[in-house]
Amino acid sequence: MDPIILYKIILAVVVFAVSLGVAAYMTWGERKLAAILQDRVGPDRAGPLGLLQPIADGLKMIFKEEFIPAQSNKWLFILGPSFFMLTACMTGAVVPWGSGLEIGGLYYPMQVTDINIGLLYLLGVVSIGVYGIMIGGWASNNKYAMLGALRASSQMISYEIAMGLSLIALVMTTGTLSLAEIARQQDEGLAYVVYQPLGFLIFLICAFAETNRAPFDLPESESELVGGFHTEYSSMKLGFFLFAEYINMFISSAVMATLYFGGYNFPFQHELGLEGNTLAIVQAVVLLLKIFIFIFIFMWVRWTLPRFRYDQLMNLGWKVLLPLALANIFITGLVMYFTGKLA
Amino acid sequence: MNTTAHLWDYLPILIMAIVALGFVITVMALTHAVGPRRKNAVKDDPFECGIPVQGNARTPFSIKYFLVAILFVLFDVEVIFMYPWAVNFRELGVFGLWEMFAFMGLMIIGLVYIIRRGALKWE
Repeated sequence: MDPIILYKIILAVVVFAVSLGVAAYMTWGERKLAAILQDRVGPDRAGPLGLLQPIADGLKMIFKEEFIPAQSNKWLFILGPSFFMLTACMTGAVVPWGSGLEIGGLYYPMQVTDINIGLLYLLGVVSIGVYGIMIGGWASNNKYAMLGALRASSQMISYEIAMGLSLIALVMTTGTLSLAEIARQQDEGLAYVVYQPLGFLIFLICAFAETNRAPFDLPESESELVGGFHTEYSSMKLGFFLFAEYINMFISSAVMATLYFGGYNFPFQHELGLEGNTLAIVQAVVLLLKIFIFIFIFMWVRWTLPRFRYDQLMNLGWKVLLPLALANIFITGLVMYFTGKLA
Repeated sequence: MNTTAHLWDYLPILIMAIVALGFVITVMALTHAVGPRRKNAVKDDPFECGIPVQGNARTPFSIKYFLVAILFVLFDVEVIFMYPWAVNFRELGVFGLWEMFAFMGLMIIGLVYIIRRGALKWE
């Protein structure tokens, strides 16, 4: 077999396994962090510091009763969480995890694939993810699930517009949609958050809304909708819904780090005397550290801010973020015009 | 810079999809196989906090959700139009800049119109 294809297969499996592993330990991290913020101990029974808790949870999910309500559409009910999980796992394909490894004279970039429409691929896959929630909530034939699914879909599509617009201002400065190229440009210049602070802020807020995290967790708001779109779900199907949310969080943190915070690059990386493969591995570790900082912010916000009301959520998306994102494009265009960056 | 598209570049995405799909199917089959199943009439009812089920869940819902979906389609198409422009922003120069500002102006007029008509008013 062609070594490149073999490498791509290995890398795809590794990226997939790392996403799953990080997502599993994010559940542990979230519970530990919540415990610290609320002056509790958190999980401490399964293994030292409760470190085996995610494995115990996963096994429990698998062995739980698989329940499909009698009035639901059976196949759609199964399709919902499967689809949600599938799309969550596929977004990691375009994120560059490091510059590249050189093994046996061949150069292997640490990115599953560098397509020239990387950003559009990301937006596309993220918007397909809405279907998972919609199908699952509708198929349950439960009022809470129905309301949760409606809220989820209208929330996610509303914030997708502001997200797309905030990325346009970034694309204007980069001139490319390829994530590898954007990361490479930040090696030569400054991180793009310096040029696009407002764009980053809009993207961050939209990422919270797209992953249904607090303060945007209206679709599953447990105090009013029981469990929202996953009220009727149990066993690993529920597990998929919850787990995919953590994978989405991981990937959106990776995307934010790549687009706005230099990706795998770190300051003075070429002055340290690190070469080739060592540098690539250090870069991957640095990217993971950046991702963990974002994940920490996601969790910190969840345990700090109360949930929005529905009209506040819609007003923020349509009447604040959308005009702000347009203004950001306007300002970016004018600044580039007056600094003579145009042809 | 990678400016030409090859179908070849999309093969790893297919590999990724197969890996993810394999995982999803395996776990779904596993949980189906090992989980117990104890059905009864009450459990099969849709969950409504313990009270008897009232009617069907698939009743008509607020038209506002539908309106938001329609507006999303409108605005998302406009956003997609802006991507090719943003990529070629530098080459298109000043003319492209003013043209896109005119486009964005129309978009803002549309937004103001739907807000004025109360399409985004929730109560």
